[in-house]
Parts: sequence; structure tokens; C-alpha cells
Amino acid sequence: MVKLHFAPHLTILGSAANFQNGRGIPIFSSPVQAGFPAPAEDDVESQLDLHRYCVTNPTATFFLRACGDSMIGAGIHNGDLLVVDRSAEAAHGRIVIAAIEGELTVKRLCRKDGRVLLRPENPAYSDIDITEREYVFIWGIVTFVIHSL
Amino acid sequence: MQTHSTQPRFFLIDCNNFFASCERVFRPDLANQPIVVLSNNDGCVVARSREAKALGIPMGEAEFKLRPLLERYKVHVFSSNFSLYAAISQRVIASIESLVGDVEQYSIDECFVRLSPALAANALDTARAIVQRVQQWVGIPVSVGIAASRTLAKIACHLAKSYCSGIFFLNGTEDQHDKLFAKIPVQEVWGIGRRLAKRLYEADIHSVKDLKYADTDWVRRNLSVTTLNTVLELRGIPCIEDISAPAKARKTIICSRSFGEKIYEKETLAHALTAFVSRAAVRLRKNQLLAQGLGINIASSRFSDQYTNKAWQTLLPRPTMDTQILLQTAISGLETIFQAGVPYARAGVLLYELSPSTTRQGYLLDLEALDHDLRREQLMHTIDSINSRYGRSQIRFALEGTADEAWQMKQERRSQNYLGDWESLAIAHCKN
Repeated sequence: MVKLHFAPHLTILGSAANFQNGRGIPIFSSPVQAGFPAPAEDDVESQLDLHRYCVTNPTATFFLRACGDSMIGAGIHNGDLLVVDRSAEAAHGRIVIAAIEGELTVKRLCRKDGRVLLRPENPAYSDIDITEREYVFIWGIVTFVIHSL
Repeated sequence: MQTHSTQPRFFLIDCNNFFASCERVFRPDLANQPIVVLSNNDGCVVARSREAKALGIPMGEAEFKLRPLLERYKVHVFSSNFSLYAAISQRVIASIESLVGDVEQYSIDECFVRLSPALAANALDTARAIVQRVQQWVGIPVSVGIAASRTLAKIACHLAKSYCSGIFFLNGTEDQHDKLFAKIPVQEVWGIGRRLAKRLYEADIHSVKDLKYADTDWVRRNLSVTTLNTVLELRGIPCIEDISAPAKARKTIICSRSFGEKIYEKETLAHALTAFVSRAAVRLRKNQLLAQGLGINIASSRFSDQYTNKAWQTLLPRPTMDTQILLQTAISGLETIFQAGVPYARAGVLLYELSPSTTRQGYLLDLEALDHDLRREQLMHTIDSINSRYGRSQIRFALEGTADEAWQMKQERRSQNYLGDWESLAIAHCKN
């Protein structure tokens, strides 16, 4: 990691990986040419792939679109892209996608005084107690929010 | 007779009502609701949810015949969304592989797993883990059959579904199995089609048990080695090879579709055939093949009063991959079999007598013809690569017409492409 003199609060992590084609093979992984070895080839691995950073289990990861402002306190804005991992554990305090009343909805999962609550992150909305509710299930765990500026 | 049918060697994992279950993944409002999925062109029912089956909606029935029933029970009707189903299928397979290693995919919603000794020792626990994981990771319910051969695993899975528990392990005694098998009709066995079943009935073989104990010499002499293998598999002796092994070289290429609306004009029919020939030719070139035989067929709806289905075929002077030659031939065939006044509902193109493009015959030292053909092939490959880069049909033959014609497929009720389009992602509500 490299510290920048002119901006001490920023850190350079490394360079972004090349765009990958459908099979997950870097486009620039060159066929071996006669004569010269390609020194850059070994370095492809060491670049940073944003997709791999956000998606640890591709098989169980889905992208959803947030709609509304009830999770604004958790940094989820209207129109944001949500990275949802269905293989992650639904634990206290996690932001989850819950299926409730036939809708997929974003909430913080909370346990409090033996109750299970779905908590919005906006004072204009109130908690939903799901302790005794039927037909509510946790669809997945939100692991990243992609917000375009 | 010595059998080994209690030793588990295979899983057959089958997604329950796969297409209907796919439609539910992003739609929790569809839980416990009746769902049907229609075939290409919204013609017939190809998948039903458990609730739709309970309403007595038959498989393969034409949608228009069912319309009153579908409306009365508020059945959710979908057009086939194959790109969604294929993407979910890949995830189902990957989640199973994350537990057991390689699987043999048999169809879009079924796969076999050959059990290693370690897995076989914990067959039931592994099966439970698979059911749990596919449901959690992908949202698709699956059933698992566990048995000593692939054919038996298929039967076990069938039983798993009938008894609703999701997993069926054929690990009883020979007698217990035979009692079950006596109740299952023989045409339920994997690989026993309708025609074969009829021959078996004539030989007084009606149940799975009858087939299991059929005289092997008689089967070999009167039926086939394939059926003999099935008999042995029913006895718990695995005989069928890896079904995902590379298929034999293809023998035909078929492109056929139902139309969105009935077609009466020869010209519109020619447009449709042109599009089908073009697609078939792309597939031909992708597989590096040449075709010498070409057939076309045009038919009215099989539900119409005067059903007609006319076919025509011919052998070309030389094997070819040239779309233009195939087109001219197909259109000349259309001239021969077209009848005015018929409400045509579907058409198809068949390429046969296929040979690898690397071995060429029929030129008889006619180097000029060879040179011409090779240059045409170069052109075809160029067109294919442009179309695959910039979208299908950027360059097309003028006869093909445009996208909004009557023969285009009707898919009015297709769900959104949740997994393949940034604009069609499922909505996560932040409104309460």
C-alpha cells in the first residue's frame, strides 16, 4: 500500500484488474509468442478485481435494485445496486433482504428482548416485529451497496 | 439371484417443477400460488407448480383450451424465460458441486452424482445438505433419489416426489423394493418410451418389477442391448455410462418454430424460412460442418379443422455451408409445397447428411469450384463474426424481413431477465 504525500488520508491499494470476458479469463492474457516471454502475463493475477472483492460466493450472490428511502441511515439510497449473498448467515445486526407480504424488502435484522425485528434505518419509519409472523423469510444478506455519484 | 441394490452409488437430483420454481425466486408473492409456464410461442403448458397440478391442469395442454380454468383460479401464466432458467440451472449445478465435486448434468433441471465411497457412507446426510444448500443459495427446491444405479436413482427420485419428503433412499431389502416396483408402471422407467412400453405389455411386462425379473436372453434377442442394460440397472448393476460424456457427432440440425399469428401469404412464409435457414446455417458453421441434405416443412395448427403438414427435401450437388445456396434451395422447395388458403402455424428447416468441413468430397478435381466455395465460406464466417459481435441479424439476407413480422415468436407474458440485464434487476423495497 502506498501513502500519497499530497493527500495523506487516501491510500493506493493497487491497480484495477482488466475487464474479464465471459469465461473469467483476462482478455490480455496473451498467447505465447515465439521468442520473447511476456513478462506482464504473470502480473495479471496480482491486479485487483472489484467483482471478486464484492462477490465472494458467485453461485449464491444476486444483484438487486433498492427502491425507496427507508434504509438511508445504512447508506442505501433510492436506485442503489445491492449485492446480496444468500449463503451468508442471517445474524443480528445484518442488513437483510426479507420476503414479507409478498415483497422483497431491505431491513436491518435485530434481536431485542427475545423479539425478532426488521428495523428501517430512517426515523420516519417504524420497526416490524416478525417474531410470530408466518410467511416471512430471510431471502439473503446485503453485503455491499454500489452507489453511483 | 445376486443383487447389490442397497449399496448407494448414485444420486439423481431433480429440481421440483423447475420452470415454475424459477419464476418464484424473485417473486415471494407467488409462494403457494398456482403457476403455469407456456412453451415457445405461448402455445402449450410446459411446466406447472404443485398448486397448478392440484387444479388438474394437464401437461402439454393448449393454452387457449385452458383459458377459462386459468382465469377462474387466477393462475399465474408465464411465457418461457429460457435465459433465466438456464442461468438459475447453472447456479443449481454449481451449488451441488460445491458439496460433492463433479456432477453429470442430464438436463436443464436434473443431474446425476456418482458417489465416492466417502460420500456413499454418508449418502443421506449429503442428500439433506444438497436439498438445504440449493434452497438457501439459489431458492430452488430439489428432490434426491439415492440408489445403486442411475436407473434406480431415477425411480427413487420419482418416489421422493410422490411421497413429498424430497429424498428417497432405496436402501430396503430386495423384497421391500420389489413390492414398491410392482406398483410402478413400466413406462416410468428411464429409457422406456411409449413404443417400447407397448412391446413390453404384449410380452406381459407391466410393472417395474416385471421388467427387473424379465428373462435377459429374451430381452437381448427381442429388444436391444440398451433395454438389457436397463434390466441389469434395475437389478442394481450399473451399466449406463457417464451420460454427460461428449455426445456423438450431430447428425442433423433442425430449426423450427410456431408463428405468432397464422400466415397465409407465401412471401411471409419465405421470410420465416429464410430466418430459420440462416440460423441453421450459423449452427452448421459453428460446428464446422457441411450439409448436403436440406428439408423444409410447413404446417397448419394441429388444432385446426383441416390439419396439413407438408414436407419437402432434397440432396444438393455438393456439401455446403453457404447460406445463399441453402436459401435458394429452401425457397424452391416452398414453391413446390405451398398451398394458398392454408392458415400456416409453423415451419421448420432440417439440415442433414452432415460432414466435417475439413474433409471435402465431390469436387472431382474441379479446382475452380473448390476455390469459389472456399471464398464463399470465408464470407459466411465474416458475416457470422460480425453478427456475433454486434447482435444477431445485423447482416442478414434481404428475404428475412424485419423483426416485427407475424412469424416472430409470441412471448407476451415473459418475466423479466432478473439475472442478465442491469435494467431488469429484482426490486428490493425500502418503503416501509
